[in-house]
Amino acid sequence: MISLEVNGKRYEVDVRPDTPLLWVIRETLGLTGTKYGCGMALCGACTVHVDGEAIRSCVTPVSSVDGKRITTIEGIGKTKEGKAIQEAWISDDVPQCGYCQSGQIMAAVALLKRNPRPADAEIDETMSGILCRCGTYQRIRQAIHRASKKMAQGGKR
Amino acid sequence: MKEIVHLSRRSFLKNGILVGGGLTLGFYLPLRGSLSGASNPSGVTFMPNAFIRIGTDDKVTIIVNKSEMGQGVYTSLPMLVAEELEVDWTKIRVEAAPVDPAYNHTQWGAQGTGGSTSVWSEWDRLRKAGATARVMLINAAAEIWKVDPASCRAEKGFIIQKGTGQRISYGKLVEKASQMKVPKDVPLKEPKDFKVIGKSMKRLDTPEKTNGEAIFGMDVKIPGMLTAVVVRPPVFGGNVKSFNAKKAKAIPGVKEVVQVDSGVAVIAEGFWSASKGREALEIVWDEGILAKLATKGMHEEFERLAKTPGAVAKKKGNPQQVFSKAAKQLHAEYEVPYLAHACMEPLNCLVDLHDNRCEIWTGTQLQTLDRDAAARVAGLKPEQVNIHTTFLGGGFGRRGNPQSDFVAEAVSVAKVIKKPVKVIWTREDDMKGGYYRPMWYDRIAAGLDDQGNLIAWQHTIVGQSILSGTPFDPKKDVDPASVEGAEDIPYEIQNILVDLHSPKIGIPVQWWRSVGHSHTAFVVESFMDEVAHSVGKDPYEFRRKLLMKRPRHLGVLKLAAEKFGWGKPLPKGHGRGIAVHESFGSFVAQVAEVSVNPSGKVHVHKVVCAIDCGRIVNPDTIKAQMESGIVFGLSAVLYGEITFESGRVNQSNFHDYPLLRMNEMPVVEVHIVPSEEKSGGVGEPGVPPIAPAVCNAIFSVTGKRIRRLPIRVEELKKDLKS
Repeated sequence: MISLEVNGKRYEVDVRPDTPLLWVIRETLGLTGTKYGCGMALCGACTVHVDGEAIRSCVTPVSSVDGKRITTIEGIGKTKEGKAIQEAWISDDVPQCGYCQSGQIMAAVALLKRNPRPADAEIDETMSGILCRCGTYQRIRQAIHRASKKMAQGGKR
Repeated sequence: MKEIVHLSRRSFLKNGILVGGGLTLGFYLPLRGSLSGASNPSGVTFMPNAFIRIGTDDKVTIIVNKSEMGQGVYTSLPMLVAEELEVDWTKIRVEAAPVDPAYNHTQWGAQGTGGSTSVWSEWDRLRKAGATARVMLINAAAEIWKVDPASCRAEKGFIIQKGTGQRISYGKLVEKASQMKVPKDVPLKEPKDFKVIGKSMKRLDTPEKTNGEAIFGMDVKIPGMLTAVVVRPPVFGGNVKSFNAKKAKAIPGVKEVVQVDSGVAVIAEGFWSASKGREALEIVWDEGILAKLATKGMHEEFERLAKTPGAVAKKKGNPQQVFSKAAKQLHAEYEVPYLAHACMEPLNCLVDLHDNRCEIWTGTQLQTLDRDAAARVAGLKPEQVNIHTTFLGGGFGRRGNPQSDFVAEAVSVAKVIKKPVKVIWTREDDMKGGYYRPMWYDRIAAGLDDQGNLIAWQHTIVGQSILSGTPFDPKKDVDPASVEGAEDIPYEIQNILVDLHSPKIGIPVQWWRSVGHSHTAFVVESFMDEVAHSVGKDPYEFRRKLLMKRPRHLGVLKLAAEKFGWGKPLPKGHGRGIAVHESFGSFVAQVAEVSVNPSGKVHVHKVVCAIDCGRIVNPDTIKAQMESGIVFGLSAVLYGEITFESGRVNQSNFHDYPLLRMNEMPVVEVHIVPSEEKSGGVGEPGVPPIAPAVCNAIFSVTGKRIRRLPIRVEELKKDLKS
């Protein structure tokens, strides 16, 4: 049995220890917001947070996160940064097909947690790990700035 | 108690789409059935036609017959309905249409999404659907109030009477409106009165695409569902000779290993067990006749063919004769490779097959063809097959497969295992699975007189036919999809010859966002640049002169050039290039600003894009689609290439088939030409001009002409040194 805390809820899962976290999240726990795109940590669609760090769940064996705290797209809206990012995503109508967007949002939230006021260069560097075939990159950049500004204003109030 | 009449969708729709005459309809709509249930606890709804359902809770459901793959149809098409229905935008929900003739494409005679046709092909039908419903609601209110319908108007989900000011919500009219006669020839609004069309409305699908709730084919779960991966032949046209499943079946979670037409399916409790089972599976292949196929050999054959006359696609004037007498001749060869669609969501299909019915969940662009193919495989009648169209994690043409490859295969797996099963393609399966944009080789020549005027144009195209053998096969020597954008070259030239060779190779090919235009724009617009430079002319001015009779081309060309500041000094080491192209009823010009570093790496800094797509429905969607098309095209310019060796596809995943990433994203500026012309498409037309715009810019800054895509960094580096 492997023990996981996902979005604040505890789970005991009985799966092959080498199963990637992605498939445990999607199939065992039924949280399908986290996506499969490449299985090789190349596209970032599977990005989740493990103890606050953005990781690629498609290459992370579930045994390696035993006892860890995991946040997925379904739970990220409960965080300050997550809420700001989701709202900015809606303001800028970022998603097109939407398939990569969970990964984009999880990466963007991790970035804002690390640096609440990132410059373009840092956004580009962090976000270049997540592929978007629809080409929403310009809007992602814009929405991260929007969320960042909103958070700064919120802090002053 | 109210009587709820349950009709099968099919008989309901077959008996005429429009239903009135005392029927209060409650019926099951497949996709998001739970949502429709939640919105209509009583099951009472007003469904004046196949596209609109209004519940007693005032919720307005718009049933969309086009697949949402990012292009925004779940917003733009509801806008057409909402404009005439006069409904509160926040009360709208969208539901995917089931497969039914009522939802056929207005031009195709089958249900499907593609060719950048959605908005213009539904422009009349959906507005009429909205207007008809509005009139029925007005008539219902008027009857309840015993007033003249002419004294009533509709506004944001209410019918309001002018004199008394009394108002009633659509939800409260559901029952009465269902008894109203369906009016004919309801007048539609004048464009000047539009409140919704032409405004940047927020996409209706954004919230669920930011919190993990959006359901793609990959995400659908049904009780008892198994997961399968299919091992397909390493060479197209190959077959299974024999296989040994002993080790695969020993993997915990693996349920069954079965042979199907397309290969061997490993069926398991979940994806990981299936993958492990597949690794343990031993298969001996009969590789078939393509086992020696290699890109190099194909290339040599294409080059040879290009030197011979092909099937004539266009002949104007006397090109050969004028050409031979031209004061100056220019010749060039251009090449583009096979390309994969590489949708972010790998292909997948879930099938629940029973003795007398089949339920399918998938993201498809061609519902009718897929349903019919599923019925054939399952041995059922088409009406016994139901397709639940989910969100598509990208389509770009791949999910509209004329052979229904990913659907037919999944049904064949379900037929053997007799349990609900989802076939998941791995990224590698998807990349190697064929149905590529064809490789093309072009030989092109221009003749100029002694004044530097362009007097003759010859263009020979070599590449596999996309339409041949599909239900869309024109059965002619010239596949229009191979020559679109070349045979209709817009420039004022008196003598033109465009001809075509369509070698039959056996590699599955398919439409890829912008289809033939994805290559013809690159060739024509790059070569036009060569011609301009050869006579010492500015490439923008040269084009303008030859487009004097093409106002819409000229309009976007000028707009893009002006907005970019064509002619103004650029930062040192930067160059600019321009291109203009018409496709899918829209006109797009782009100016790209690039630099090339000493190691040959191209950096695209900025793209200014102008589009004339006729009548505008959702400006922000148009902008998004231009940004999208540009990124899609840039991936092909810089990286995209599927190659073959020993019959095998060399590429497998994003390390050897890279896509543009955020750090390479140029600033994109989009300008829309206001227009009252018939709407054109926007999903594809942003793609064609970007390759020539970028390559023309590279020429302007390096003097090196790119005639083969993708750009080879090493070659460019070498050329920079020399």
